[in-house]
Amino acid sequence: MWYLCYFLHRLLDYRLPEVEALAKLYGFSEGEKPGQGLQWKQAPAHHPDSPFYYVFLPNEEVAHKIVSRSLLLKGMYEVWGEGNSKEELIEAVSSYPEERKAPYLAKDHTFKIVVDRFGKVLSSSEQKACIESIDYVPFQGQVQLKNPQHKFWLIEIDGQVVNNGLPPLEGKHMYFAREIGAGDRSLVSKYELSRRKYLGPTAMDAEIALLMATQALVQPGQLVYDPFVGTGSILIAAAHFGALTMGADIDIRVVRDGRGPDCNVWSNFKQYNLAPPLGLFRADNNMPPWRNNVSEIFDAIICDPPYGVRAGGRKSGGRKMLNGKRDAYIIPEEMRKDHIPSTAPYTLEECVHDLFDMAARLLVMGGRLVYFFPAARDECSETHFPKHPCFTLVSKSEQILSTRWSRCLLTMEKTQRYSTEEADCARDRHLEFKENHLQILQASKEKGNLHSVVFTPSGGAAGPHLQEQYGANGQTNQESRPKYRGKYV
Amino acid sequence: MRLITHNMLSCNIKGVTNGYPLGIEASRLETKESELNPEFLRKIFPKLEWKALRDAAHSLGLNDLPEHVEPSMLEDADFLKNFHHALLEVHLEEGALICPETGRRFPVTKGVPNMLLNEDEV
Repeated sequence: MWYLCYFLHRLLDYRLPEVEALAKLYGFSEGEKPGQGLQWKQAPAHHPDSPFYYVFLPNEEVAHKIVSRSLLLKGMYEVWGEGNSKEELIEAVSSYPEERKAPYLAKDHTFKIVVDRFGKVLSSSEQKACIESIDYVPFQGQVQLKNPQHKFWLIEIDGQVVNNGLPPLEGKHMYFAREIGAGDRSLVSKYELSRRKYLGPTAMDAEIALLMATQALVQPGQLVYDPFVGTGSILIAAAHFGALTMGADIDIRVVRDGRGPDCNVWSNFKQYNLAPPLGLFRADNNMPPWRNNVSEIFDAIICDPPYGVRAGGRKSGGRKMLNGKRDAYIIPEEMRKDHIPSTAPYTLEECVHDLFDMAARLLVMGGRLVYFFPAARDECSETHFPKHPCFTLVSKSEQILSTRWSRCLLTMEKTQRYSTEEADCARDRHLEFKENHLQILQASKEKGNLHSVVFTPSGGAAGPHLQEQYGANGQTNQESRPKYRGKYV
Repeated sequence: MRLITHNMLSCNIKGVTNGYPLGIEASRLETKESELNPEFLRKIFPKLEWKALRDAAHSLGLNDLPEHVEPSMLEDADFLKNFHHALLEVHLEEGALICPETGRRFPVTKGVPNMLLNEDEV
């Protein structure tokens, strides 16, 4: 059955993947035969950023579950009729099968009509006029404004208006539909960062963290790991959906101390009455302390790797030693106890390689790795994303950060078991990184990694290909991107 | 640190081949009650190194875990209770984890093990 999705004008790229992930969570994704699984359909005149999509789902129960847990859906509807004019709408509604309409129009039922004009707020007298004009539906039940049994929507699109800078949708169009359910954003305000006790500079926004947990198909009783846990903002979202969590971080002040006994990672979980993490420890993702034969323990790995814009990645080993500027360290026995090991910069390539290797080993089959990957605005496509033989890319959602940079939320599913060949290949890569630390750092600077570009004066050493792309003044081509796209859109 | 974490960690100093299981030096233990979740215990059981868990529990004075186990025991309520208690309710708040090969101490403070290596160990 096809249902109409009416999305919010937020995080445009996250909207369809959210519904797809929720559908999978509730047991519906790929059908047995082609054409049976989840499908999307759009009116021909609609552009991809339009808030209206039709989605094919098996039944109303699944649709209701999906919309009730969705953050980016305004609502999901069973359309009784649509048309470009009132006459077409009346025609369509009256030819909609009687047996589908009758149960909701019966005498002993309560109902309410909602009038919505996309991108425009209607005054109460306009609404009243619109409601009174619906004389083509034989309502017999009682109107009840508070908690009615059924809600009917008259959604109108006025093709002339430019909404939120979106290109005009099409000509005039109208839907008459019955609401299956409405999205619920109360979670977003419940977990808002401004109310969180312990925060770091890179704490993950609550809405995005919840969307990440949905992408990871988090369910009660699962074990979820974040190797860059920080103040725990991603794991809090996972714990909200019932997962048990584990986290590691290289910065011991963050995981162990926080800002006092009542202001640390543990207290953040306590604040929301969530189960505290099963374990927190300090470790370096470059040299993770897992026992050799541990495998397939986590149902999902969700993280925001430190790729160097707000927090640079660090790994074990002194910078000078890895650069070859000094000999190997030997720490005298009497100094060992209080020795603070130095760390070296951790390149994006290395970080992603280590993340993949760890995830390939520790995720269960079918488990998901959900993480952010940085990209230049026009590089947010599959060819630029890292690949791994054990993983299949499920979805990618771009979130624009500035005129030049985006981050893409990548959802990958483990579809292949971790084999000895992969382990060997990973070890070789690891040694290679270790030996060529200096060259890799240099190369990543030349390639213009995020850190060096963001913190280099424009037109400076941003690397040749970037200068070409953005021109000497570092400005991106304004016409190449739609005006309405911004940080949360 | 719960024993579930202990069960997964090893010493990864360069050249160490036998860094598992880590010994436990406990200066402060705490017991925090938590809800027993049989499903989770059944799920995590096959992923654990039983001997390491049992020995670690033993070293902390928890003697209720049997030496030999089989999956059928996961239906037994008493066993689940003891298993849950050892795996998830006992916390090492202060102490250290000791590498069995080199004797290197990984300190555990405020319940968080510090597994980061020094420059001459990577």
